[in-house]
Amino acid sequence: MKQIAVVSGKGGTGKTSLVASLAALARGRAVYADCDVDAPDLHLILQPTIVESRDFFGIKRASIDDSKCTRCGSCQEACRFEAIHDFQANLALCEGCGVCKLVCPADAVALTESLAGHAYISDTRFGPLVHAELFPGEEASGKLVAMVREMARILAASKKLDLVLIDGSPGIGCPVIASLTGVDLALVVTEPTITAEHDLERILDVADHFGINTAACINKCDLNPEAAKRIESLCQERAVMIAGRLPYHSSVAKAMVTGRAVVESGGPVAEAIKEMYSFLEKQL
Amino acid sequence: MKISIASGKGGTGKTLVATSMAVSLASPEASVTIADCDVEEPNSYLFFPDRTLLERKKFHVPVPVIDEKKCTHCGKCSEVCAYHALAVLPQTVLLFPELCHGCGACTIICPEKAVSEGSRSVGEIFRARSNDLEIIWGELALGEARTTPLIKAVKNDAWGKMVIVDCPPGTSCSLVESVRGTDFCLLVTEPTPFGLYDLDIAIKVLEKMNIPRGVLVNKSGIGDRKVYEYLEKKNIPMLMEIPHDRKIAELYSQGEIFAEKMPEWKAEFVGMVHEIEEMIS
Repeated sequence: MKQIAVVSGKGGTGKTSLVASLAALARGRAVYADCDVDAPDLHLILQPTIVESRDFFGIKRASIDDSKCTRCGSCQEACRFEAIHDFQANLALCEGCGVCKLVCPADAVALTESLAGHAYISDTRFGPLVHAELFPGEEASGKLVAMVREMARILAASKKLDLVLIDGSPGIGCPVIASLTGVDLALVVTEPTITAEHDLERILDVADHFGINTAACINKCDLNPEAAKRIESLCQERAVMIAGRLPYHSSVAKAMVTGRAVVESGGPVAEAIKEMYSFLEKQL
Repeated sequence: MKISIASGKGGTGKTLVATSMAVSLASPEASVTIADCDVEEPNSYLFFPDRTLLERKKFHVPVPVIDEKKCTHCGKCSEVCAYHALAVLPQTVLLFPELCHGCGACTIICPEKAVSEGSRSVGEIFRARSNDLEIIWGELALGEARTTPLIKAVKNDAWGKMVIVDCPPGTSCSLVESVRGTDFCLLVTEPTPFGLYDLDIAIKVLEKMNIPRGVLVNKSGIGDRKVYEYLEKKNIPMLMEIPHDRKIAELYSQGEIFAEKMPEWKAEFVGMVHEIEEMIS
């Protein structure tokens, strides 16, 4: 089984639109995993029918039993996250380390797990999708990403499908690392802007750090030809293959509004994505 | 006053708005600071190529140091660690520093007093000046997972009468830490299904945190009308619209601040900030 993660560093470069189109082209041959769990959008195009839902429990959090608390203040002093005020734990600040429970002489602190989201297995017109919902503002998105990926792997194995296609989140931190670990290829979507250029270098460095193969897709490649050239030479220097070059075109937003993948609606971007898909097939 | 610029979805124009807002407000008296809290991919400073770097410092977090001479390998530190950052083997203790939250539980629990605290660098903080603006940003070290301590440090280091906090995308802990303590959050969205879906999650986070909020619709004309219907239904003020214009996208791609190149927009940004000031006073 092969796993491809689509990532970007910078947000809004077109990861999800691209994944939806690759899914349309891979139809029936892959499992799709939306690992951008705090801003998931792939389902808006794939329009899943949920088959199975699982609860996701995030971090444990402290609660103080007022009837047992002697107001000694030890917990407040020991807490590194400034999460205890007036002998009450602030759930938004608590990181669940348990130091308060450790230092409490009156056994007044309990650590409890709470429901932080859901992970789903769904059917879509392109094949099975594993996706998730993290409740607004919750922590542990990396842990939920790991859960989604595990479910996708098991599902692919049971359905005898040999590709897992992952829609990643922007950035280079916890959820991105969880999306990248152990994949066969990281497809980095970039665009010719000075910000995306800068972010491309950072995400390539992170992929290198974890020893992951990379390929790049230059989206909106005609927006700034000079910057596109710089990206091409950067990729050449770093021995990163260019998987595709997509033009800047209104068909992408139009497809999104109608809930379709770009390749379902046609146009110049659709053609370029089809070419890229053949390239990726050869690579794997 | 602190105004945070957030979005949910990435690439809607947070940095475009933060930089344009900053140059529109800048004057010697205004003392405006941009605090770039997108420590995974900080970009604001790229728009100020003439900046002078004032300060660059490593940012450290606490991490346990095990005294192998005192350690009896009893395993209590590993048991108490909520983050699985310590593994005790018969002969040694393994530390996985990227997983450590620096809570100090291992130090407290060790019966042999074999765990002390050291520190390790997880990134850097930079401070620069460009004309009347100060720009401060954090840069997370490669391979590091936890963003929140560095975000907090960047915010703590930002002073000035007006602090504009450029937030990371997403709706989880990095966003929560970035907007915490700000007086108002301006959400930048685009009128597309993706923009709307993620905006709604971000709004829910702000409602939970009780932070006053408003919306700026960027790239207006690109998608549909659903964002506008949503804002009306939820009674959320729409403070500005920036049209979907290839010229603006090209200026951004070249690293130009669009309110500098299209100065008619400066008054719009100043007006919006006055409106925000009135809303929260």
